[in-house]
Amino acid sequence: MGLEVDIKKKIGSFELSVSFTCDNVVTAILGESGCGKSMTLKCIAGIETPDEGKIVLNGRVLYDSSKKINLSPQKRNIGYMFQDYALFPNMTVKENIEIAQDGRPIDIDYLEKFNIAEISNLYPSQLSGGQKQRTAMARMLAANPEVILLDEPFAALDSHMRWKLEQEVKRIIEKEKKPTVFVSHNRDEVYRISEYAGVMSAGILKNVMRTKQLFDNPPTAEAAIISGCKNVARAVKTDEYKVNVADWGIELDTLVPVPFDEGYIGVRAHSFSLTDSESVKNNSIYVLNPEIVEEPFEWTISFQASDGYERLQWKVSKEVLRNPQEEIPGILYINAEKLMLFNE
Amino acid sequence: MEAFLFFIKGLDLSPLIISLKTGIVATIICFFLGLYLAAKVVKKDSGMRAFLDGLLTLPMVIPPTAVGFFLLLIFSRRRPVGKLLFNVFDISVVQTWAGCVIAAMIIAFPLMYRNARAAFEQVDSELIYAARTLGISEKKIFWKIIVPNAAPGIRSGTILTFARAIGEYGATSMLAGNIAGKTGTISQKIAMVIQDGDYMAAGFWSIVVLLIAFVIIVGVNMTGTKAKRKW
Repeated sequence: MGLEVDIKKKIGSFELSVSFTCDNVVTAILGESGCGKSMTLKCIAGIETPDEGKIVLNGRVLYDSSKKINLSPQKRNIGYMFQDYALFPNMTVKENIEIAQDGRPIDIDYLEKFNIAEISNLYPSQLSGGQKQRTAMARMLAANPEVILLDEPFAALDSHMRWKLEQEVKRIIEKEKKPTVFVSHNRDEVYRISEYAGVMSAGILKNVMRTKQLFDNPPTAEAAIISGCKNVARAVKTDEYKVNVADWGIELDTLVPVPFDEGYIGVRAHSFSLTDSESVKNNSIYVLNPEIVEEPFEWTISFQASDGYERLQWKVSKEVLRNPQEEIPGILYINAEKLMLFNE
Repeated sequence: MEAFLFFIKGLDLSPLIISLKTGIVATIICFFLGLYLAAKVVKKDSGMRAFLDGLLTLPMVIPPTAVGFFLLLIFSRRRPVGKLLFNVFDISVVQTWAGCVIAAMIIAFPLMYRNARAAFEQVDSELIYAARTLGISEKKIFWKIIVPNAAPGIRSGTILTFARAIGEYGATSMLAGNIAGKTGTISQKIAMVIQDGDYMAAGFWSIVVLLIAFVIIVGVNMTGTKAKRKW
């Protein structure tokens, strides 16, 4: 049960290839803008038609190219929340919701549930971003959908509003207990909201896994970059537990046997440590030509591990390093356990 | 002054009635046909769209007399369409008031169609997508969401269509002719009285046309959206 998607679509030279399932949990699709996330949702909702494949919702076939089944969006019973909410400008909040439930009048309890009872007679142009979002949510759920699709629901909001509304949406979708597909380019949002997640790049989505696992142990170099890993480079196996990273001009020891002859290595910007520790296998690297950028609560320091090679990025809390201009270390340590190795 | 009073006393108001009736009926037909065809064309792919768009805009860019000539060819009782209309439905178009309406309608139609199409294209397609996912029928989407959100463009299209329809001369004179009290519209009356050298009548009817147009445009603008001052 739940939502099963396995579709392909060609748009010019761009090729969409998406395959995942979503049970009654929040599944996130993380990717840069233009990677095909919104197109995927539009195909699920029936707004766009894939070239081939299959979409099944709770055992009901919505789309099947081999059987020539392609239900209209009206018959799919899918809730879709658009990035800028798509409220009907010619209708009040109340009318926007009533038209979604066949014109039946809504009762006040429903409006109060979404905290929009007081604004029910206002038009969308008179609403704040948060009110618009609550209205869109109420309207979508009034149609009693079997699955919820959220297309970058927070992208149009100011950052201070974002957090509050994110919590609100999370609370609502947790209560609904419906399969939810959440699309975002913001990895923090994805990490906070979703239980499962997959990385989409250049139209391809595969390897949907537990969100925590995706961030701790990304399956590909691409996934590592999109999940926020700042340092990714090509690596060549030189020994069973050793790789050479030509871009950085260094060799690193690994904890596990190197799974490839030629592959990629990733090091998160937070994975560097100032101190060596006896108990773990540590790599020490030089810090040459550092450039320091100050952020609100941390330093971002880019440096070379070898003169003339590509830069690495290191992020360190201001509490650990109070004054980097004076006390920047000459050597950093990377725990071998924190090195990520990718075949592709 | 005396001449004017004399003129007023003997005035035949039938051109005013005929023009208004023609304008109103032609506009009503254009309104629904224009919305219908504009909605069809907007949904087409670009090649087909360019073709249909050109076809539907033609009456605006070729001379009205040429349109009148084509209409005459089609509706003449000696030709299939005209024959069919007359024999089966007992309708004749040439030299009748129906001819006035058809001529005005064909000439004014592109204004309705083009304005409606432009207004439809301006409606945010996400509104339509959202409506579809909410299970709202296509018919309801059109009348409750697309048309209201395209209202300003549709309104101005309707005004222009009406203005063009009541002022139509070229095609009307070819198809319907100028039969006093039957097909004699204001524009035809003006042309006729000028030929007779009756500048008083020409002036009178010209002012009537001007007033009608002005009153309608101001009136419709006032009932429209309370647009904020721009610039």
